[in-house]
Amino acid sequence: MNHSALLYLLAGIAGGIMGGMGLGGGTLLIPALTLFLDVDGKQAAAINLISFIPMSLVACIIHAKNKLLDFRKALTLALPACATCALCSLFAQKVSENTLSSGFAVFLICLASVMLVSRAVESVKKIKAKICSSLPHPYV
Amino acid sequence: MRIRSCINAQNTVMEKIKEFFAKHKKTAFAATLAAALLTGAANGLFGGGGGMLAVPAYTVIAGEEPKKAHATAVAAILPLSAVSAAIYLAGGNFDPSFGYYVCGGVIIGGIAGSFLLKKISSRLLEFVFYGVMLAAGIKMLLR
Repeated sequence: MNHSALLYLLAGIAGGIMGGMGLGGGTLLIPALTLFLDVDGKQAAAINLISFIPMSLVACIIHAKNKLLDFRKALTLALPACATCALCSLFAQKVSENTLSSGFAVFLICLASVMLVSRAVESVKKIKAKICSSLPHPYV
Repeated sequence: MRIRSCINAQNTVMEKIKEFFAKHKKTAFAATLAAALLTGAANGLFGGGGGMLAVPAYTVIAGEEPKKAHATAVAAILPLSAVSAAIYLAGGNFDPSFGYYVCGGVIIGGIAGSFLLKKISSRLLEFVFYGVMLAAGIKMLLR
């Protein structure tokens, strides 16, 4: 433990808020821990995985009550994913910290660029549609 | 000219992809399988980020509405996280000296976040979030 307990708690809260809002908490919590609090990457990964379990259990119960949860679709994704997940976690234990963090960095950059571009395109389309609908009748 | 641009505005690339998957069921199944394998790989290798792949897989390939896709993705990631958490724990990767503080923070933040979700418009927040994600990735690569 290199920093005060409060900093670790705050990092957790920031990541949790993002996760709770459905924006992917781990993708922010892991870099926050490794870049600002000098936590080892695998430690950060383990913390993220462990803290996700109680969080998502509660979320699942709430979602199931609201009938937003499709169990069959969840299973079709979870079953094949479990296989690669187990293999890759075992593999990650053997790989050096630097390789993993570079891989994660590339993963983050790719995801963020794709999402930024798609959101930007979406926003432009929405603005365009708004302008179109405000035009006089023959143009709509 | 103007009329055509109005039509284009409603017919996005995303919708074309969704239509394609709705017509070609076998391709959709293969794409779902590929997305599942990638989700598992990301969750196992990096200890997170699986949901960022699972949600678009549900919305784009299965044509699910965003809220339902998100809920289903959370349920799908839960067993994955349990598997990889167990492997990471067995590998001795949990330091209890600060691990408990972060986990506590995540739970507090998670409850706060799910209440905030109803109150804050997420469009601007999404841009900020993905911007920070991009910056974090670049900084991690340059370190």
